[in-house]
Amino acid sequence: MLESLVSILIVICMLMGLFFFLGASVGILRFPGFYTRMHAAGKADTLSSILILLGCAIYVLSLNGIGFLSILLALKIILVAAFIFVGSPTATHAMMDAGFETEVSRWRKEGDK
Amino acid sequence: MNNFFLGSGLALIFMMLLVLIRMLKGPTVIDRLVAVNVIGTKAAVLLVIMGIVFQRVEMFVDIALGYGLLNFITSIAAAKYYHHHGSHHPEIQWEGESRHLDRGENA
Repeated sequence: MLESLVSILIVICMLMGLFFFLGASVGILRFPGFYTRMHAAGKADTLSSILILLGCAIYVLSLNGIGFLSILLALKIILVAAFIFVGSPTATHAMMDAGFETEVSRWRKEGDK
Repeated sequence: MNNFFLGSGLALIFMMLLVLIRMLKGPTVIDRLVAVNVIGTKAAVLLVIMGIVFQRVEMFVDIALGYGLLNFITSIAAAKYYHHHGSHHPEIQWEGESRHLDRGENA
């Protein structure tokens, strides 16, 4: 009973992560302007990475049982997730600052000034 | 469950290929940089998933951590470079730099 609940939790985490990454990739591919593409890359990408890594950490915990090594392994995976949580928006912000500084033109609607 | 992780990894690779299209045709250099950053972040995630598929997570998670750090440093360094050199089209890079200098003299 508990095992199937944990499996459902893992599958939900992974599928949500894949869904958000699908949104990020379609957004990076289809959005019209530079800053709108930044929006997709900065948020959806980070959230999907964290969700997928959370699913992996729960799976590692459920696979090996609760012990010192498996908790250490899950903590390492959470550490990767925490680093992505801090690093990915910072890198996106630095690149957007570079684009702003080099005067990349922003997207306007047709007929708008 | 192993097959599920394998399928998730394959779906991740397919969506990374979608981002690769933006890297190939991005109008500015910084678009390409963003696409490379997204692919690198997802490569770190994919390393953890592949570790689960190969049942050697304890080895792959260290590689994923190192890869994530390197990817972050690369993105920050490239962003700093294009921040200072003031160009977003590769063919007018040196022209753009002189424009940057002109703007400094006028101000």
